[in-house]
Amino acid sequence: MAVPKRKMSRSNTRKRRSQWKASRPELVTCPRCRDYKLPHTACATCGTYNNRQVLNPS
Amino acid sequence: MPTPTKGPRLGAGPAHERLMLANLATSLFQHGRIKTTEAKAKRLRPYAEKLITLGKRGDLHARRLVLTKITDKAVVHELFTEIGPRYENRPGGYTRITKIGPRKGDNAPMAVIELVEAGPATPPAATRRAAEEEGEQTTAATSETAEQEVPAQEQAQGAEEATAAADDTAEAPAEAQESTDAKDEDSGEKK
Repeated sequence: MAVPKRKMSRSNTRKRRSQWKASRPELVTCPRCRDYKLPHTACATCGTYNNRQVLNPS
Repeated sequence: MPTPTKGPRLGAGPAHERLMLANLATSLFQHGRIKTTEAKAKRLRPYAEKLITLGKRGDLHARRLVLTKITDKAVVHELFTEIGPRYENRPGGYTRITKIGPRKGDNAPMAVIELVEAGPATPPAATRRAAEEEGEQTTAATSETAEQEVPAQEQAQGAEEATAAADDTAEAPAEAQESTDAKDEDSGEKK
């Protein structure tokens, strides 16, 4: 079975992991309450989508 | 070669998948709107709409075809006596899916799938303005139903108050739906 010959250095490990990032979610403002929300999704703050009440936010 | 069903497979065996879809459709017809994952909602939509089309047909053969899928006779009765006739003038598109973002816990994208309001059937060549007006009316109706006990004057103050008050009356969605027709007329008069 093929195995690594050398231990991977801390530097190389960290260089690899430096590319591992989370991306920001793309957000739009809700036309009703002006709060940020995900596009094409009901607003979590006011619970509306397309001027229609979809959710009852708590 | 049999063509696979469109959309995701719901991660279960074929029998389990059939049961899941049947149960989802039963719940949808019982409650009018259900919250589920996006994948399930997308699979449920064609399944439920075909059943509603059978409900519109209304003969004994159609009823037996539906009973092979939905085993709850009370729900089938409701489908044939209420839901089917309600969509008499609507050529398909009986359900609406609205995405509501990821679920806390496993981050699964969730959606609300609901039977669209019966209302007057919109002609296929409806103008954009007419569609907007109808949208306003339905919003008014839903917010009204959400705050049944609250006086009608608070209506004008906007939807934020309506949503705040909606929590109290969220336990009685069935009553709210029954009174929707009456409220629709009210909102029409106001305008």
